[in-house]
Amino acid sequence: MRSLVLALHALGAAALVAALMLAFALHAAHASGWALGVIALAAIATWIYVSPRFMAWRYIVPGAFAAAIFIVFPMAYTVGISFTNYSGEHLLSFERATDVLLARGDGDGRSLSFMLEPAAGGQHRLCFVADTGEHYASQPFRLGDAVRLPLGVDDGSAVSAPALDLRALASNVPALRRVIVRLPDGSEMRLLSLRRFAVERAAYVRESDTTLRATRDGTLLTADHAQGWWRRADGTPVTPGFRATVGLANYRSIFTEPRFYQPFARVFTWTVAFALLNTLFTFTIGLLLAVALNWPALKGKPGYRIALFLPYAVPAFISIPVFRGLFNENMGEINLVLFQLFGVRPGWFSDATLARSMVLIVNTWLGYPYMMILCMGLIKAIPGELYEASSLVGAGPLMNLFRITLPLIARPMAPLLVASFATNFNNLTLVALLTNGAPDYLDTAVPVGATDLLASYTYRIAFQDSGQHYALACAIASVVFLIVATLALANLRLFKVGQPAR
Amino acid sequence: MAVVAPSSQRWRVFAVHAALLAFIALTLLPLLMILSISLRPGNFAGGSLIPKALTLDHWKLALGLSILGPDGKWEAPPFPVLQWIANSMKVAFVSATVSLLLSITSAYAFARMRFRFKSLTLDALLLLQMFPSVLALVAIYALFDRIGDWVPWLGLNSHWSLVLAYSGGIAQYVWLIKGYFESLPVELEEAAAVDGATPLVAFVRVLLPLAGPILAVVFVLAFLSAMIEYPVASVLLHDESQLTLAVGSRLFLFNQRYLWGDFAATAILAGLPLTLLFLFTQRWLVSGLSAGAVKG
Repeated sequence: MRSLVLALHALGAAALVAALMLAFALHAAHASGWALGVIALAAIATWIYVSPRFMAWRYIVPGAFAAAIFIVFPMAYTVGISFTNYSGEHLLSFERATDVLLARGDGDGRSLSFMLEPAAGGQHRLCFVADTGEHYASQPFRLGDAVRLPLGVDDGSAVSAPALDLRALASNVPALRRVIVRLPDGSEMRLLSLRRFAVERAAYVRESDTTLRATRDGTLLTADHAQGWWRRADGTPVTPGFRATVGLANYRSIFTEPRFYQPFARVFTWTVAFALLNTLFTFTIGLLLAVALNWPALKGKPGYRIALFLPYAVPAFISIPVFRGLFNENMGEINLVLFQLFGVRPGWFSDATLARSMVLIVNTWLGYPYMMILCMGLIKAIPGELYEASSLVGAGPLMNLFRITLPLIARPMAPLLVASFATNFNNLTLVALLTNGAPDYLDTAVPVGATDLLASYTYRIAFQDSGQHYALACAIASVVFLIVATLALANLRLFKVGQPAR
Repeated sequence: MAVVAPSSQRWRVFAVHAALLAFIALTLLPLLMILSISLRPGNFAGGSLIPKALTLDHWKLALGLSILGPDGKWEAPPFPVLQWIANSMKVAFVSATVSLLLSITSAYAFARMRFRFKSLTLDALLLLQMFPSVLALVAIYALFDRIGDWVPWLGLNSHWSLVLAYSGGIAQYVWLIKGYFESLPVELEEAAAVDGATPLVAFVRVLLPLAGPILAVVFVLAFLSAMIEYPVASVLLHDESQLTLAVGSRLFLFNQRYLWGDFAATAILAGLPLTLLFLFTQRWLVSGLSAGAVKG
């Protein structure tokens, strides 16, 4: 026991050291904000483990920190990104984008073709021919050294050995990159290609924190921190852009620009309809099956139960692609059967209504067993005397269902139905694996389809086809957070009503 | 049931049996079709549910063996399925262990200790469970992209990033273990406390040895949920050799390269063990999902 306590103390000390090292590394990498965050967390944890006042919290800190770091923090970060312009065009930080511009080279058009000739003592020398016919040559040097070689005018006749062929040159490119040659007029050249050296200088030099000067023509670039671009004097941007805070611009786009709010409105409507209908279908089927399986006269219940539960037990990443294949318009088994029986091949992935029906069918198949199991548990808890009494007054099964079963399971079911609605509201896996949103609308600026849910819409905006609109996706996700938060609070309220004894 | 059955009862029982069987036949047909497709030659729809000719080619490819094609050339497996299964199991095993360790002590404190903000924290855990990680995918992606700049083995395309991303979702497990601890008599630890045991000692010596079953169930649940997770894995992993099974199995069915038969064999190979594991623990899973709302 004492060794366990010692081991826990050692673990805590090790974690503290690791956190401090991480903070130091972050600080060294110019991420001082993150370093402060790590130190703050480490300080809180240490305080809790040292102070006797937080006895219980010692047990909760590991789990609470994990939830805070990997659930709460990404949510906060999502909201944070939604106020920026983070996207494919604005990937880098201001410093990194500026470094990219400062490292950019710019030639003045002059270049020389060159040959690399072996020289005595394992050394090499470079011979150059200008397009106008002048010849230059360097002194012998050792390949691999970072050297600055002055070139002398040469008559082109002093070839001592055959020059290296292209293949040998290609293997020496890293060594040649380290060579700078200086022409008699003082200009310097670097390796441009396998055949040529060219004048190479920095395209931009820093003037001040917010201006760069172009070396070619002396014009100025100005940093536009409002929109995340370095701009020329005439206002045209220079790539790469950088991340900048743009305030509510993304939200304004979603709610005021027709090219964004029209698809958003369509997707939102379908998302609500999908979640509602799916909750309704799965609950209805699950309830009916549960009622049937709770009927005392029915034999063979365990077998039925397993067979009926099976669709839920098969992993969704298997069963959804299975349906994707079965519903395939040309090669799928479902259309094969329909064609043989009725001579039709419905376009499950090209017609909006059919695609939505298919999504609902598949998700009902996936979800009814869960509802069935929940209903079975709740129905089992209903006292049997109620049904006996109702059969004495001659009530049929329908009346039992609507007068006894439904009213009694409604209250405990309510939070679970809200949770089911919320889960389906964000059912990215279903859409991503089944239709990927297809069929796509043809009249929208961003790619979006008839079966896209808000979650898959943001997924596509951020990670697929249209080009990494991370910030816009985060803005939409933040709107969904509000909806989910409302649902979550409703769920909690209903949960407490259903279970007052907690 | 003490009530005399009405005369129409027999017909009703028969009707319910018939309806249930028809429903089951309809819902299980897709699964049977997959079995047939995996054994049928070729990668296209072949017509009948019962295959006319049987072949094990799709199964060989799924198991990583090359097959001899009709043109006399050896055909290599299209995807490293076994590698994907290994990746999935590695991630799921580690993340299930981490989740279990993180939730177990919290559950103990929530079940046995009194402290300020206890019910608030519990409510917060319940609320958090409602927010799916799919909404924070961009943030998760950006975070691990940045972490990769500082700690390369924790960045994008690494399995450890996935393990970390999964380790936050413990609310459900805390509730499950807490419920189990509460069902154990508190007198056990009180007796230990009388003998001079600290709460830590009582927890490790008295409660943990009794908690074996629930810990096994939570481990299996966490393992399964990591095995079948798609969105986060699809964002964090890129290289074909790094993918988990849930992400990789999507690659079989593109219109340009439609490997229906190979997918079917892979689906059964990977899906069957998971399905059995799931059936085994379903009772616990459902009560975990509803966070104790159902006392069955």
